[in-house]
Amino acid sequence: MTLLEARGVNVSYVPARGQRIWAVRDVDLALEPGEFVGIVGESGCGKTTLGYALTRMLRPPARLDGGVITFDGTDIATLHGERLRRQRRGGFALVLQSGMNALNPVRTVQHQFADVLKAHVRPGDDVTRPGIARRATELLEAVRLDADVLRRFPHELSGGMRQRVSIGLALALQPRLVVFDEPTTALDLVVQQAVMQMIKDLQRDRGFTAVLISHDLGVVLEAADRVMVMYAGRIVEDQPAAALTRGPHHPYTEALLDCYADPRADVVQLAGIPGAPPDLSLPQTGCSFAPRCALAEEICAAQDPPLTPLGPGRAACHVRARRAPAAPSASAPRGAHAGREAGHVG
Amino acid sequence: MSAEIAPADAGAELTVAGVSKVYQVRRQERAPRTTVTAVDDVSFTIAPGAAIGLVGASGSGKSTLARLITGTQRPTSGSVTFGDVPVSRLRARGLRRLHARVQMVFQDPYGALNPLHTVEYTLMRPCQNFLGMSPGQARDRVGDLLATVGLVPAAQFAAKLPHQLSGGQRQRVVIARALACDPALIVADEPVSMLDVSLRAGVLELLAALRRERGLSLLYITHDLLSARVITDELLVLHRGRIVERGPTKQVMQHPRHSYTIQLLDAVANPFASPATKGTS
Repeated sequence: MTLLEARGVNVSYVPARGQRIWAVRDVDLALEPGEFVGIVGESGCGKTTLGYALTRMLRPPARLDGGVITFDGTDIATLHGERLRRQRRGGFALVLQSGMNALNPVRTVQHQFADVLKAHVRPGDDVTRPGIARRATELLEAVRLDADVLRRFPHELSGGMRQRVSIGLALALQPRLVVFDEPTTALDLVVQQAVMQMIKDLQRDRGFTAVLISHDLGVVLEAADRVMVMYAGRIVEDQPAAALTRGPHHPYTEALLDCYADPRADVVQLAGIPGAPPDLSLPQTGCSFAPRCALAEEICAAQDPPLTPLGPGRAACHVRARRAPAAPSASAPRGAHAGREAGHVG
Repeated sequence: MSAEIAPADAGAELTVAGVSKVYQVRRQERAPRTTVTAVDDVSFTIAPGAAIGLVGASGSGKSTLARLITGTQRPTSGSVTFGDVPVSRLRARGLRRLHARVQMVFQDPYGALNPLHTVEYTLMRPCQNFLGMSPGQARDRVGDLLATVGLVPAAQFAAKLPHQLSGGQRQRVVIARALACDPALIVADEPVSMLDVSLRAGVLELLAALRRERGLSLLYITHDLLSARVITDELLVLHRGRIVERGPTKQVMQHPRHSYTIQLLDAVANPFASPATKGTS
């Protein structure tokens, strides 16, 4: 059964002064239990906003403008207050980009674990001091930190250690969905790799559903089973990671892949994408990527392409949809996913 | 490329000879001082027109080395010379003259530009300060500088404030500012790491073109081996303040000898290698 399903999610920022910005537009997605999904896109494409929307973390001036978000059968888009809080317990958690900002600077690590564990006490939970210390030590072990970290303050820890602590905190209530928002971006390259490996291992061992939001397609492809590519607030491609590397559908994904190369190759050619993403405070006509797209045709400027099944996934591109008609869902490795999408469209 | 901007004065070589930098640190208030060796006996030269890559993880001493080369800090021992100028012994006036020939491009294009000044003002200042131009002359030069870094139409960009520009455009302004006084050497400290991958190639291509067309020397500091591969000929791998491996960039990347270099290479996010590595891990 689908763990989280979003239909027609729209988020806009409505500042007190200035222009309203449509940051996330018409997003439909479904997350299966135990899946590792990556969301990639350039800065300002709405990927973080989408992650916040799915975990109901949006704060004004951001506003969820309609759409249904079903988590384990309950529509969480309309929940508020205590009912939302209860849904969060054991439900979903968010790991923020900077562990520094996510932790309380005047509290020891043990205190932060105590805060989380006491805020969501379940019958039978041991929230005495030793009980919390034991739970926290287990969680620190899971994120490969020593127990003596418990007595430290955040400023006494390195960036990588802080990020491990915030991952430990996110896992404290055994969530079934964890959204990682750029969990390694602020870290050094070698530390980054170690933290990503740990996230992969935790996800495999504990079986939660993971959403990894990153600007770095390379990082996402190394970790995720399925990748969604966002551009200008919309999902433009959604494919299993392996299929996406072999044959990206959307010209934007293709261009993103061309921005990477193996530094060890004999000839290294790096491509960029000319132009800039559109201004999301203006109404969009046609495909948002069309002005930067090498394949753009007349129809692209006039009509926004819908996200339709294509091969083993989905893509929103007029040109590619015509060239390669959708494969029957039986041939797709993720049959349930493609089949459900087809059902939705038809 | 504008003809009005003369090629940089060729011929100056940067020599870093046995340079070390030791910082005194106090871990806690009233605790005894301890020392940290940020740069440990580093030697290399940058020939005129050469592009050298300096790679290493955070804390390896890359940025300290950049500060020693641009004269903003002095080495604890060893010397830095640029042509016949003893950089490591310069004081205020000498440093000012040095900075007309050695310029820096910083990592964060959001923090490197004064948000209250227009692009035109930002680019006029070095022309007036280092080249002694009148405001009128400096204003004329701004157009050429903007055209050099590909921000056209120049008149339109000159009037903008930093917040009206994208990250890639801001970094081009930072590069244009570094070029304003016709430097012979540019020290670029992670110039593309804050930019989206789609914009990196453009900025790297700009740096490569400036080197080709104006004979600029480049010290390219990064932890990103892919971009180093694209624009440098020679690579220095820095680990805990020491150079652990050096050689032609392509050779070092294809046949790394030091375990640290191999570790850095393995950490490069490479989507094309992922299906294979996924299968084995």
